[in-house]
Amino acid sequence: MTLIPDPTPTRRPSRAARRARTAAGLILSLVATLLGLLLVTFFIGRIVPIDPVLAVIGERATAAQYAAAREALGLDQPVWMQFLIYVRDALTGNFGTSILTRRPVMEDIARVFPATLELATIATIFGVLLGIPAGVVAATRPGSWIDQLVRLVGLAGYSMPVFWLGLMGLLLFYGILGWVGGPGRLDSGYEMMFEFDVPRVTGMILIDTALAGKWDIFRNAVSHIVLPAGVLGYYSMAYISRMTRSFMMNELSQEYITTARVKGMPEWRVVWVHALRNVMVPLITVIALSYATLLEGSVLTETVFAWPGLGLYITNALFSADMAAVMGGTIVVGAVFVFLNMLSDVLYRLVDPRARS
Amino acid sequence: MTLLSVKDLYVTFRTESGIVEAVRGVSFDLGRERLGIVGESGSGKTMTGRSVLRLIRPPGRIDAVEMTFDGIDLLKISERQMRALRGKRIAMVMQDPKYSLNPVMRVGEQLTEGLRRRDGLRGAELHRKAIAALEAVQIRDPERVLRAYPHELSGGMGQRVMIAMMLIPQPDLLIADEPTSALDVTVQAEVLSILDGLVRDRGMGLIFISHDLRLVGRFCDRVLVMYKGRVVEELEAKHLMQAQHPYTQGLLNCLPRIGGDRGPLPGLDRAAAWAG
Ligand SMILES: Nc1ncnc2c1ncn2[C@@H]1O[C@H](COP(=O)(O)OP(=O)(O)OP(=O)(O)O)[C@@H](O)[C@H]1O
Ligand SMILES: [Mg+2]
Repeated sequence: MTLIPDPTPTRRPSRAARRARTAAGLILSLVATLLGLLLVTFFIGRIVPIDPVLAVIGERATAAQYAAAREALGLDQPVWMQFLIYVRDALTGNFGTSILTRRPVMEDIARVFPATLELATIATIFGVLLGIPAGVVAATRPGSWIDQLVRLVGLAGYSMPVFWLGLMGLLLFYGILGWVGGPGRLDSGYEMMFEFDVPRVTGMILIDTALAGKWDIFRNAVSHIVLPAGVLGYYSMAYISRMTRSFMMNELSQEYITTARVKGMPEWRVVWVHALRNVMVPLITVIALSYATLLEGSVLTETVFAWPGLGLYITNALFSADMAAVMGGTIVVGAVFVFLNMLSDVLYRLVDPRARS
Repeated sequence: MTLLSVKDLYVTFRTESGIVEAVRGVSFDLGRERLGIVGESGSGKTMTGRSVLRLIRPPGRIDAVEMTFDGIDLLKISERQMRALRGKRIAMVMQDPKYSLNPVMRVGEQLTEGLRRRDGLRGAELHRKAIAALEAVQIRDPERVLRAYPHELSGGMGQRVMIAMMLIPQPDLLIADEPTSALDVTVQAEVLSILDGLVRDRGMGLIFISHDLRLVGRFCDRVLVMYKGRVVEELEAKHLMQAQHPYTQGLLNCLPRIGGDRGPLPGLDRAAAWAG
């Protein structure tokens, strides 16, 4: 203890310094999570009873070939060295070669992931645009017919299997009514045109054709994606509307809502501005979670709609014991989860001032 | 002249465990004066105040024989007409600023919401009015407070922001629910003198809700003493010491007096008979 007061007051760190520290913390946790993910997939790769050397060279290789391949794969090194090699490969996007497609796994993923990304994004936009208003309206009139309707639609979303809904949708809108395109991302004729006439930028057909101004292909792609996106979006909407309703009910019972009414604010403003801004705080996590689940690739939807996406790719790889492809796919899925988690963290800080300080 | 007239007000909640009567037959008249409402926690003070604004949430409901404000029948007018009165002519300082300010909106945005939406003010004039409103409640760094979020304010600061927000439209009637409970004594005196000035200079009517019988006795013209949803006694503040009702006497006896004897404070005696 000192009797002389310190002449320099302890200065609070500046806003920029605090921001930098938060960002550093986020990045650090991102790196740690990704490293953990690699560690887990690495050990899974060790544990499965599939010989990675045989998977590459085939059953009928000679002992010398076997030893050479083993060395080439780095499998003669100590385990920690193997892990370092694994991390290096993963960071450079080198997941090895798929025995199924005989192409580098990374190339395969670069082809199938945009298909899933496109589908999941449109489905999520659909789920958010319908689910939030539905949940809000239901919460403002609890017990009304509209609340019952939202609940019913949501419940149906929980009890109807996705493949059934998909098949029924195809049967009705494609088979009977002919309003939409069938399975696949394009009609086969357009598929050729897309392959040769449209430069690949993102791998997402809607974006690439729009960039190239190929509106006929674009329209065909739209007619193919509406149904699967609608089916997936329906589930996303069911989830989002249910969560929105319960968050909104909670916010509407808070005192600051009465304050807004005391000030004479119209009811729409009380609900859609005062309450909804608070609802967005927990809702961001819900939306990110639902988006991440769709990005994982909905295997059943991709099967029903012959959608060449990530879910289908990983499943096929699993059935043919194509470990390189499975591992690569798993790491991509994990990285997507980690990334979305971080994104929702950042957004969360943006909408909730209490999380910032 | 009567500004607000309330006759036989009931506030009832239909809950799973039966009907809760929060307010049971309260009547009072208010001129352009300071009316205090005191009573223990849960006695129905807040519910009485909110009834005047018709802001009791379902499942609560309001029943009254009469509720008129400045010749307007508050029981009859439409929700739209009611909304035009809220904020502009009747305002209410909410009890707990910690929960009564929107946590994700900046103070400035909440403070000026009425001015922007109702009066269409923008830019420099809006800013000037916001600053003036905060300075009027003795906030010394109004620029910082405007940019702050509610969680960055102390309780006393939040309370002053709430008072400033409700005084901006210059209402004819202000219901102040424990407006000074989080303020220290000097600021409390300043806030009270602001409210006092508004009543005297602008002829505003004030309903001052408080636990603190002594404060109400000093500050108000008249006092309603509430117990379990009823007004058990109504009296001129200057006659507070001659209170007849044992509950009021009990409240008075609970107050420690400077220089008084140092014996234990008496407990509050609640006879079942008063609850009726
Ligand atoms: N939603 C509700 N359902 C049932 N009862 C309620 C509800 N809201 C309030 N009450 C009841 O109304 C009564 C009066 O509450 P009120 O808030 O008016 O008390 P108060 O005098 O303001 O108390 P305090 O000094 O603690 O603020 C309480 O006893 C409470 O139980
Ligand atoms: Mg109260």
